[in-house]
Amino acid sequence: MVNLIWFLLIATGVVTGALSGRNEAVTRAALSGAQDAVALVFGLIGVITMWSGVMRIAEEAGLTEMIGRFVKPVAARIFPGVPQDHPAMTAIVMNIIANILGMGNAATPLGLKAMEEMQKLNKKKDEASDAMCTFLALNLSVVVLVPTTVIALRAQHGSTNPSETVGPTIFLTMCCMVLTLVADRVMRGLSSSGRRRRR
Amino acid sequence: MSVIKILSNASIPFMILVICLIGYVRGVKIYDAFIDGAKEGLATAVRILPFLVAMFVAIGIFRASGAMSLFTGLLSPIARLLGISRDLLPLAIIRPLSGTGSLEVLSDILKVHGPDSLTGRMASVMQASCETTFYVLTVYFGAVGIKKIRHTLLIGLMADILAFAGAVLICRAVFAAP
Repeated sequence: MVNLIWFLLIATGVVTGALSGRNEAVTRAALSGAQDAVALVFGLIGVITMWSGVMRIAEEAGLTEMIGRFVKPVAARIFPGVPQDHPAMTAIVMNIIANILGMGNAATPLGLKAMEEMQKLNKKKDEASDAMCTFLALNLSVVVLVPTTVIALRAQHGSTNPSETVGPTIFLTMCCMVLTLVADRVMRGLSSSGRRRRR
Repeated sequence: MSVIKILSNASIPFMILVICLIGYVRGVKIYDAFIDGAKEGLATAVRILPFLVAMFVAIGIFRASGAMSLFTGLLSPIARLLGISRDLLPLAIIRPLSGTGSLEVLSDILKVHGPDSLTGRMASVMQASCETTFYVLTVYFGAVGIKKIRHTLLIGLMADILAFAGAVLICRAVFAAP
């Protein structure tokens, strides 16, 4: 599916670009896209490295076991495949907290850490585990408490009440989160290898 | 509101402090532990680069080509059916693909319709409720080298569609249209 979408983006782009005489702009966009990706990773190297270091301290200090005990009632239901005192659980919990609080540049490094820890538990190294699927489903739909950029943008455009959309956003993301987790549970069995159709 | 803001500003330094403090008290060599972990982090950052380049190039080509207006045209019957402005469609298309791209589109909508219009409010809720699905999947799966991503893309897109439709409904209900 990723292959298909990647192809569709490029194919529709190149064809429409050629038809509308924007070949030059398309060429420039392809090259600057590559450059932007490098710039983004360079910008991330610092934060990722820092958080990986901090997380290692947390692990060696036994914080993972503490967090594990604390979140056990909920986490055991959502992530049955991850042992409660495994470092993966700490990274998952911290990533979700960072997401909820809208701390984007802390959330990504913690999420990557969580993926690496879950990969250690994964039996098929080239296929996403159930826990990874649930983690991503949660990540892509998690409740947002403070949509800072949107509030800022609304204020900038002269809104009389920039934060009035926050309430609806919280309610909506909560509903989405629940529905997405349910959908993940339902689709999990259908998409595991063995029974899986080729895509 | 402001409590949450303070909490989110203070949480990072305090998280770091608490982790270091507990580590130190329990006799962990915190400096050495940090360096060990940081080495892994550096490798992770380098590992995600090819995946990001692939995604950004494809999205760059798509955006620069003007293909967006083609899609907007194709989808405009849906906008008419829902009774919403068709200016919301580009936002729905770009939101899962690109974070900065969708902010530009949102800014346009707020400029044209005004932030306190129903369309402006719908757009604000959409932007905040959706995730940059492709970016997250690319980076997270790229970091651990997973090729078979199972149903995650479907789930992500489903969440985006839910948020899009939900934003329309909830804004109609909360900010009763004149």
